[in-house]
Formats: sequence, C-alpha cells, structure tokens
Amino acid sequence: MIAELGLAALWLAAALAGLQLVAGSLGLSTRGAVLGEAVRPVAVVQGGLALLAFACLIYVFAVTDLSVKLVALNSHSMKPLVFKIAGAWGNHEGSMLLWVTVMGLGGAFVALVEKRLPERTMLATLAGQAFVSLGFYAFLLVASNPFERLSPVPVEGNGLNPLLQDLGLAFHPPTLYLGYVGLSIAFSFAIGALVTREVGPAFAKAMRPWVLGAWIFLTMGITAGSYWAYYELGWGGWWFWDPVENASLMPWLAATALLHSCGVLAARNALRAWTIMLGVVAFSMSMIGTFLVRSGILTSVHAFAVDPQRGTFILALLAIYIGGALVLFGLRAATVTEGERFAFVSREGALVVNNVMLSAILGIVLFGTLYPLFAEAMGAKVSVGPPYFNPMSALFAVPMLVVLMVGPLLRWRRDKFARVGRSLVIPAMLVATAGIALLVAGGIALLPWLGLALSAGLGWASILPLKARNLRRTPLPIWGMVVAHFGIAVSLFGMSSESAFSIEKLVAVRAGEVTQVGPWGVKLDTVEPVAGPNWTAMEARLLVRYGVDRKVTRMLPQSRSFWAPPQQTSESALLTRWNGQLYAVLGGEAPKVAGEKQARWQLRLWWKPFAPLIWIGGLLIALGGLLALIGRVAADVRRIVAKDKIAYRREKQGR
Amino acid sequence: MATAARTPLKAKHQRLVLLIGALVVLIGAALLAAWALRNQASYFYVPSEIVATPPEPTRAVRLGGMVENGSLRTAADGVTVNFVVGDGKARVPVTFKGIVPSLFVEGSGVVAEGRMQADGTFVADNLLAKHDENYVPREMQNMTREQAEKVIKETK
Repeated sequence: MIAELGLAALWLAAALAGLQLVAGSLGLSTRGAVLGEAVRPVAVVQGGLALLAFACLIYVFAVTDLSVKLVALNSHSMKPLVFKIAGAWGNHEGSMLLWVTVMGLGGAFVALVEKRLPERTMLATLAGQAFVSLGFYAFLLVASNPFERLSPVPVEGNGLNPLLQDLGLAFHPPTLYLGYVGLSIAFSFAIGALVTREVGPAFAKAMRPWVLGAWIFLTMGITAGSYWAYYELGWGGWWFWDPVENASLMPWLAATALLHSCGVLAARNALRAWTIMLGVVAFSMSMIGTFLVRSGILTSVHAFAVDPQRGTFILALLAIYIGGALVLFGLRAATVTEGERFAFVSREGALVVNNVMLSAILGIVLFGTLYPLFAEAMGAKVSVGPPYFNPMSALFAVPMLVVLMVGPLLRWRRDKFARVGRSLVIPAMLVATAGIALLVAGGIALLPWLGLALSAGLGWASILPLKARNLRRTPLPIWGMVVAHFGIAVSLFGMSSESAFSIEKLVAVRAGEVTQVGPWGVKLDTVEPVAGPNWTAMEARLLVRYGVDRKVTRMLPQSRSFWAPPQQTSESALLTRWNGQLYAVLGGEAPKVAGEKQARWQLRLWWKPFAPLIWIGGLLIALGGLLALIGRVAADVRRIVAKDKIAYRREKQGR
Repeated sequence: MATAARTPLKAKHQRLVLLIGALVVLIGAALLAAWALRNQASYFYVPSEIVATPPEPTRAVRLGGMVENGSLRTAADGVTVNFVVGDGKARVPVTFKGIVPSLFVEGSGVVAEGRMQADGTFVADNLLAKHDENYVPREMQNMTREQAEKVIKETK
C-alpha cells in the first residue's frame, strides 16, 4: 500500500513538473500571462509530492517490506535500523529518487523565497527547472521504478554491500546530491536569464546564495567521501582519482569558478556571458558525473546499475540538456552585452586567472576520466591514475595558488602591484624559507615540496585581507573568504605533509612483538574473534606508545567477514594526535613456516604526519562558504525589510 | 600591462584579449592532457601480450589473468607473496608485498597493477580481485567469461 502511494506521488509529481514547464513557458508570452500565476504553487506542490514519494521509500526500507523488489535486492531484516534507512539511497533507484526529491525541493524553495528577480526571469527559471526534473522523472518511472513489487515475496533480502554499511553512507550521498542538484538551480537561473536576456548584477546576486549553498554541500560531500575512503577501504589513501571521485570533483571545480565569477558579476557587472556559461557547465558536470557513476560504464562500489538501457537513457538526457543549453547559449550569448572593463592588475583580473585555471583543471580531470572510455571504444584497455592527474592538475593549481595570495588584496577595476607589494613580503619570505629548509632536509618529491612551501605563504597571505580592518565590523562574506582561503592552505599542508612524510610498515608479527613505525612503537597484544549483528571478525589488540616513555594506548583494528552478502572488509583503527594519525590495518594470518608454533599476523601500519588537516581544511573551506552565505542572506533580508518599511511609510504619507 | 591600466582598452578589444587568453590556456591544457595521457595511461595486458611485447620497466601497467594452481607461495617475511599469472598461452611470475584481497585464491582471476621488470617478473603494487559477485574489476568481467568458455571447451 505504502509503495503504491509512493509511486502515485511520483507520477503526480511528474505530471505537475509537466504542468510547471508548460505554464512557465506560456506565462512568458503576453497572452498566457495568467498561467504564469500557477507556476510557483505548482513548483511547491511538486516538491512536496517528491518528498512524499521519498518518505514512502524510506518507510518500506525501514520496515523491510520484502515484497518491494528494491528492498529485497538491497536490504536485509537483520541489519541495524540506521543502515536500513540509509540503504534506501544506497542503490540505483533509491539514489535517483533522492536526486529528483532534492531537485523538486530545490525548485519549491526557489518558488517560495526568491523575490528579487523580475517575474519573467523567475518563470523561465522555474520552467527550466521543471524541464530538467521531467527528464529525471521519466527516467525513474520508465527505466528504474523504485516501488516495483516482487512476486513471490522472498523470505529474506540480499543485504547491502558491507562497504556501504557505515555511518558515512548515511550522510555522504545526501550531502553530495544536495550539492549536485543545487547546481541545477544555478543552471535554471542561467537558462532563465538567457531566455529573458536579463544578465546583470541583480541576476548574479539572486543566483549567488544558491551557488554558495550547493558549493558548501559539495565541499562537505567530497571531504566526507574522502575520509570515508581513507578509513573504510583500509588502503591508507585519501584520494585515488577514481572516476567516481572525479565525478564529484568536476562539479566542485566548476562551482568554485562559478562562485568567483558570480562575485565579479555582482560587484562589477563584468564577465556576464562567462558566468552564464559556467552556470551551464557546472550542472552539466553534475549530470556527467551521475552518468559516469550510475550508467554502469565504470565499475566501482558506486556503480549500482549495470543495465545498458539505463546508460542509454541517461546519455540521452545528457545530450538533450547539455546540448540544448549550449545551443541556447550559442544563440543568445552574442546578445548578452559587454560588461564593465577592468585592468589586468585588479581584483577582476585575479579572479579571471582563478576561473581560467579552475577550468583548465576541470578539463584535465574530465579528459583523464573519459579517456579510458574512448580508448576502450577503440579497443584498448587503459586506466588513468595519479601519474597523470597529479602533475597535470598541479601545473595549473600552482599558478592559481600563487595568484590566490595576491588576488584578495587587489582593488576592483584597477590596481598596482606596488601598493600591495609590501604586505606580500612576509608570505614570499615564508615560501622561500620553507622551500629552502625542505630542500636542505632533502628527500622530498617535487609536488609535496611545492605544496608545503606554498601552504606556508598562503596561510599567512589568506588572513591579510583582515589587516587594517575593524574586525567587529568586517562583513561576514569577507570572513567567509578568509576562512575558506585559509582552509585551502590547511588542506594543502595536510596533503603535502601526508605524501612527503608518511611512513609505511608492512609486517607479519607474533603476539608480543613490537614494530617501530616512525615515532611509534606498536606491540601486537592479542588477536581474538568478535561478533557483530551481521558479521564476525578477527580483532587485534595493539598497544601503541608514542616516543619512549609516553602512556600506552589501545587500538583495535578488525578484519570483518559479513555473511549477507558474503564479503570481507578491514576495519582500520585510527589514532589521532595533534601532529598526525597512526593508521593500523589487520590482514590475515601469515602461512606458518615449517617448525613454527605461534601464529603470525599481517599488520599494515602507517604514520601520517598532519594527515587530519586534509579534512579539517576541507571543513574550513565549507565553513567559509557558510559564513559568506549567512552574510549574504542576512544582507538581503535587511534590504527587503528596509524596502518594505520605506514602501509602508510612503503609503502612509501618500494618504 | 601597466600601460593598459592607464589607457583602458576598448570594450571590444578587452573582451577579445580575455577570450583569447582563456582559449590559449584551455587549449594548452587540452594538448597537455592529450600528450600526458599517451605517456601516463596504464595499459591492460594479458600474460601472452606482456611476454610477447614487454613494456619498459618504468611504465605502470596492469596485468590480468588467472592465478595458477599450486603457484602461490608466501615468503619467509610473511607478507610477500609470489605467484604465477597465466592465460593458457603464457605464464608470468608476479611478486606482491602487502595484504592480499580476501577473494584472492589460486585458480581465480586477478588484475595486478605494477611494473614489468627486465628479468621477466611482474612487481605488483596493488592486486584487484573479485570483491564479490556484484563488484568485479571491469577487465575481469570479460576475462572470467573467456575463462568460462575455455573451461567449457576443455571439459567437452
């Protein structure tokens, strides 16, 4: 019953999206103006219905209704409740339903609160949003119905991939989706502005909070995903340039560029066509990401669907939306008039460099991600990994980071290096000192060396915009910028330090033996079996000690065996200190050498100096975005309140 | 550019300069990417190919095949494994230091990432084995099918 209710809600939501598209487009003409009135309420109801459908899916997962095929395939009655609920989006159909739900809610939210733009632009925007939603509704209803029933009803479900049975799963996909789909709003805004030819500071100011919101979620989603991969996969790495990781990185790069060009458009009315273009590109990257991840073209823990029909369907959607938007852009871009001029040495100039470099990195990542697909079409099987991505992206990231030290200090329109030069002496010295000191210490590869040296200067330079300001009166968006840029320095330092100074030890040890990993002494105490709700495991008890005479701490890495579905995972154990993280993985029992009595266990240990800064930096970046968002929204609210007051007084005086 | 700051360019010209600058960087990025991909992409080999035309030892490649029965040996340190990967036509000795995936057993398929040494051994940095029925490395989907066909042929 609940499943049918969900399906009905989904169909109704799709029908309303159709109505929203028709009413929105007709509302643009003078004759259909009356239809335009309907668009906002329809958008709100559509969002509500999508949410209802999603709630129904969560319900059938929570009670493990095995007559629903999706539940039978992906869940199990013996699973903890939180993983039952998270399992609702840990599969293809459920995650696509989450996608349209977020998209519907985003549209509803825009319809409810966005009052700054001319009504015509809003109509075009909401029609665009409905157009995109409609494709995904069709995809759900035709090719991947989440509420399909199963007959006969199986006795037990198949269970969820153990790698996904983790709290990270509960938050990682919804966060990323909020980001992905939040960009659809920027896309719709861009379409709306192209249709009505109203591109200007007002448009940028209206679009910016949405882009910021999406970008914050993307940042958090990527940070959380990276940490999940780090501790759950037990490989000790935090970024693998895996296609699914790239699928989340590419929209982030585009959104970062969009955010900065939006700032230029809002403040200086320049970079008009470019901002629109980025709005289109950012959401296109989200869709390409979804296509890569969901079509089954790539095999990974994320590729739920290996179904050619679905791949073709998403590919067709991609062609319609990206192609359509680019055609519209091509037709209308020439009519978007030239914005304000600026000198090369100016805030705008620095932001142009930021945008071009981010786009170049985006291109590098996109090429590298798609290349194996093209190569396979030509008959060669290749994979592209860090040896390509690391140096190629650094080639553009390094100049960008150098400009990042200078850019925020420059004035809008026109400036001279001489004016800002003096405040940059200290950061430059820091870079040089760090670089030379590391060279003297020796043994560091080029990229970590660059990263460490740059992060020292960037950390200092990023807080310079606060100099000579009254800190209490500094607007929140400035704080946001400073915090986010400082976060980049922190994260960069963590990444470089992790790759430059990590120490790895791989040993087979008997109980009682001590292994040295950098400053740590690790003693294997015991290895004993333990059991969980749906797994059994061998658990090692490690007694670790930092330096010579510090206190002893316990670490409990496990090697887990799940039985539904049967699979082994290693639960790594992490020990965090202010200056880094000790990472321990338990392998299997080593084969006994002849004459040996006591068992030897494989241990993989890493000492990763300052590794947690990678994710702390990521969170700082997101926090900076949040501060900027709060500042912008608060300013808007104040402005609206003031306007209302003025209007009210005028009305009173007029009487 | 200091002169440009003093005498601002005409609107049209500035747009053009920006556009050309951006295009140059982006096309440069594309060309660099194409060049680097040719050099850095790691190719997938089966044993008969890697024996016939071995890649240079500096190049990262992937080797996929079946772990030969009876070839798996663990060295005295307890963490280095040696085994032979074959495809019915050629055999390649592989050495790997690390914790092997749980479904890595003799007689099953494996994809090894690493480098081919001049002496004919393959030194793997990473082993990809079947995680479970649903999640199989892409190259191995075909391989196990071919393997299955071979088995069917042999048993006939």
